[in-house]
Amino acid sequence: MNGFLVTHAPALLIMLPLIGAFAAPFIGKVSPKVRSAWVILIMTLTTLTALLLASDVFMYGTRIYVFGAAAPDLAVPLDSGGIPIRIIFTVDAMSALMQVIGAVCGFAVLLYSLSADRIHSGLESFYTLFLLMIAGIMGMVSTGDLFNFFVFLEILSIASAGLIAYRIDGGLAVEAALKYFVLSTIGAMVILIAIGIYYGEYNALNIALIASRMQFTLLDQIALVLIITALAMKCGSVPMHFWTPDAYSMAPSSVTAMLVVASQASLYGLFRVVFTLYNVTLNAMTVGWIIIILGVLSMVVGVTMAIPQKNVKRLMAYHAISQTGYMLLGVGVGLAVLGNQPLMDSFGYIAMEGGIFHIINHAMYKGLLFLTAGAIFFRIGTYNLNKMGGLGHSMKYTMIFFIIGALAIAGIPPFNGFASKLMIYESVFAFNPVLAIIAMVVSILTLASFVKVFHSIFMGPKLPGYETVQEAPVPMLIGMGVLATIVIAFGLFPQAVVDGLIAPAAHALADQSGYIAAVLGGA
Amino acid sequence: MDLFASLTTGTGFWNPLAWLIAVIAATVIVYLILQRGEPGYKKGTAQTTPFISGNPEPGKEMVHVRASNLYWGYLDALKGYYDLVVPAHTGVVNDYVLWYLGVTAALMIVVVVFI
Repeated sequence: MNGFLVTHAPALLIMLPLIGAFAAPFIGKVSPKVRSAWVILIMTLTTLTALLLASDVFMYGTRIYVFGAAAPDLAVPLDSGGIPIRIIFTVDAMSALMQVIGAVCGFAVLLYSLSADRIHSGLESFYTLFLLMIAGIMGMVSTGDLFNFFVFLEILSIASAGLIAYRIDGGLAVEAALKYFVLSTIGAMVILIAIGIYYGEYNALNIALIASRMQFTLLDQIALVLIITALAMKCGSVPMHFWTPDAYSMAPSSVTAMLVVASQASLYGLFRVVFTLYNVTLNAMTVGWIIIILGVLSMVVGVTMAIPQKNVKRLMAYHAISQTGYMLLGVGVGLAVLGNQPLMDSFGYIAMEGGIFHIINHAMYKGLLFLTAGAIFFRIGTYNLNKMGGLGHSMKYTMIFFIIGALAIAGIPPFNGFASKLMIYESVFAFNPVLAIIAMVVSILTLASFVKVFHSIFMGPKLPGYETVQEAPVPMLIGMGVLATIVIAFGLFPQAVVDGLIAPAAHALADQSGYIAAVLGGA
Repeated sequence: MDLFASLTTGTGFWNPLAWLIAVIAATVIVYLILQRGEPGYKKGTAQTTPFISGNPEPGKEMVHVRASNLYWGYLDALKGYYDLVVPAHTGVVNDYVLWYLGVTAALMIVVVVFI
């Protein structure tokens, strides 16, 4: 039974949220409580499947799943001329890590959402779109097929746009969703053009097959730029980040927390294309520096734009941009020295591990921070920092969760953000000290910004109008507690996390030949 | 897998357990110093009210420093920078698309010319 589940887990990760999504409106007709139980069941099963598959991948290596084949691992049929003709999911350690991030965050956010969003109407479509978002994320990080990647990217974008516009809010949320959707559609079309270029050149859509044939011609260079910019825009990199504060601030907080994970799925796509599709065929130093510069711009502009914000979610959205910069910086440094084994061993892998570690850490603490902002909005009905104050008297647990998230994002020990930032600082310093200094200054500004937020929301006397404010409901606290526990645990046992999850992911990402062999090697 | 292993960073290491022990030791020292404080301290008396040159203390809700009043010095010092960056965030989707297309064009030139 266990073997069967592991074998079919890549397909189940898509199937479960899809079935859950389309059944949710019908089950909701029975009763809202039954629908809540249904979506919790679906998300629990999805999370367990992701954990099961991840444990298998981290133990035994890359697992592939071929849709429609006689056997799930029959990538290249004997009569196909050596071409993997079917849709193939290729789950290596990097994919498995992203699946775990998506599933665990999705589970915690759903627990929170059942309480936070229960007062709103239209929950049938809300949970349908929520589960479609999960399916889109899982598909993007699992697939080994470029066109399939585009399809899941579109599923994710459409579901995300619907959820951003969910709380109409006088048309502002709809406007934010429209902006997100316009940019997402243009980005997706550009990615489709790039995929068309690969298909025209290599007569293939499978990532492993294209990677094995990659010539890095002029057309490949054009396709590379199209994909880098589209996915950098989707993950909120400066100067293509403008949609992020609009969308993050107008979406319900539970959705915003998942938008962080959705952005990271795009970041995964960017890393997958650069490392697996191109790898050493490209000029790693030039492309690495492009990613580093995007990262530095994101870090600096993100944090400096966050400080003057008055809307707490808009402020956090700019910090999300800033933190994405750390991931781009770490992995960009790894890319810049790719192919130079002594430098890779000296600091390249550590930089990549730091960047990838920061992806999972950011998903947890940023998700936590957005949930605390949502809990505050749930009780006082505003995101305006100027109207807040003294809430620490009545929302003690929310305040504690906020402190944990704020210290983690600022890189204060012993929380998880410190561990990944330390890896980035030290490895980037070996590459270029100026970059490391910028990263540290950005962390100081992040701390300054969250000191302001903490003071504005929680400190001071109880303000008029907030005397009767109560603590957030228990399910919301449980959702925040799940993420806070992970933030603390990853901070207290960082090397165990790096050894168990992060290092295998970084090495899988850099190991193009291993990826190709996992798909084509069995032919 | 050693759960309490130090995090190695290539050139250094970090052990959260050692940090925690140090924090606990510091907390104990702080507590011991606190215990040696003035035992006659009474909350809710004149001992705990601020002295503002003899003026009456305003209501607590009147003295809460709001978000807009924080970091004005920092923002003023970087006014030149913010005058450039903030207006770029127009909120107009056409501008968002232009930035995206501009970056794509710039990277296209860099990659195609320099690679």
